[in-house]
Amino acid sequence: MEQLLLSYLPILIFIGLVVVVGIALMAGSFIIAKQEPDAEKLSTYECGFEPFTDTRGRFDVRFYLVAILFIIFDLEVAFLFPWAVSLGEIGVFGFWSMVVFLGVLTVGFIYEWKKGALEWE
Amino acid sequence: MIVQAIAFYLFAAIIIASAVMVIAARNPVHSVLFLILAFFNAAGLFVLVGAEFLAMIMVIVYVGAVAVLFLFVVMMLDINFVELRQGFLNYLPVGALIGLILMIELIFVLTAGTVTPVVPAATGAPIPAIGQVTNTEALGAVLYTRYIYLFQASGMILFVAMIGAIVLTLRSRDGVRRQDAGKQTGRTRAESVEVRKVAPGGGV
Repeated sequence: MEQLLLSYLPILIFIGLVVVVGIALMAGSFIIAKQEPDAEKLSTYECGFEPFTDTRGRFDVRFYLVAILFIIFDLEVAFLFPWAVSLGEIGVFGFWSMVVFLGVLTVGFIYEWKKGALEWE
Repeated sequence: MIVQAIAFYLFAAIIIASAVMVIAARNPVHSVLFLILAFFNAAGLFVLVGAEFLAMIMVIVYVGAVAVLFLFVVMMLDINFVELRQGFLNYLPVGALIGLILMIELIFVLTAGTVTPVVPAATGAPIPAIGQVTNTEALGAVLYTRYIYLFQASGMILFVAMIGAIVLTLRSRDGVRRQDAGKQTGRTRAESVEVRKVAPGGGV
């Protein structure tokens, strides 16, 4: 346990460093730079004319579809990691257990492919 | 040891603070960014209890994928968020009730062993020490054999999610010209070119 946490110590040090550098940069510019706040400095600038629409326009729903399909296969891969590590231990039963799991998702993948959900147009 | 304690309190404090900011931030995009911060700190807490694999999965799945999905949802909803925020306090009792129920359930889970000693023996698989077996290996040893029904159920859930997402969001559009290599190269001269006699000065 101690050994495990010790191997994560460099990451902790890096996080601390990042926080310190980030705060130092912001505080430095806050202290040194001249502060003259103005509403116009923060307003949208779009080549001289007023912005036509809000910045956050609506996305096409198919971005969402691609993202959700990505998550599903992401999770599938996440299940593969412990399986690959302990395959020698769990034997044939564990192997076929994963094959059935992959088979179910492959059926979904074929459906998705045939349906044309992966095509962009 | 003291570093461990400091890291724990730091992560826990940041989680709670960013969770409050998720519901308190005015800009919904900022809410999502605070949610990502909370996920990252939860991963830090997982590392602290020795659950390395879960921590990494937390970063990959939650931060990488779910956060992107949340951003999409926020971008896709064309709601006036200032108006939405007006009713914020109205939902507070319902939210508090759900939070309370979840907390009671967690307490039941953690204290089930004191009520009946049978429960931990029936539900918990023996956990090997971290020094002997790595985290990922310990998960893999039970997930695909001992908990095979739950594992297959998760596969079915992913399958249903995939089909559901396609059925709900996919619609074919008219007037889109797709590329079809076979059809394009299979065109003959007869069906694409026509020779006409044009009278001088008459046009086609």
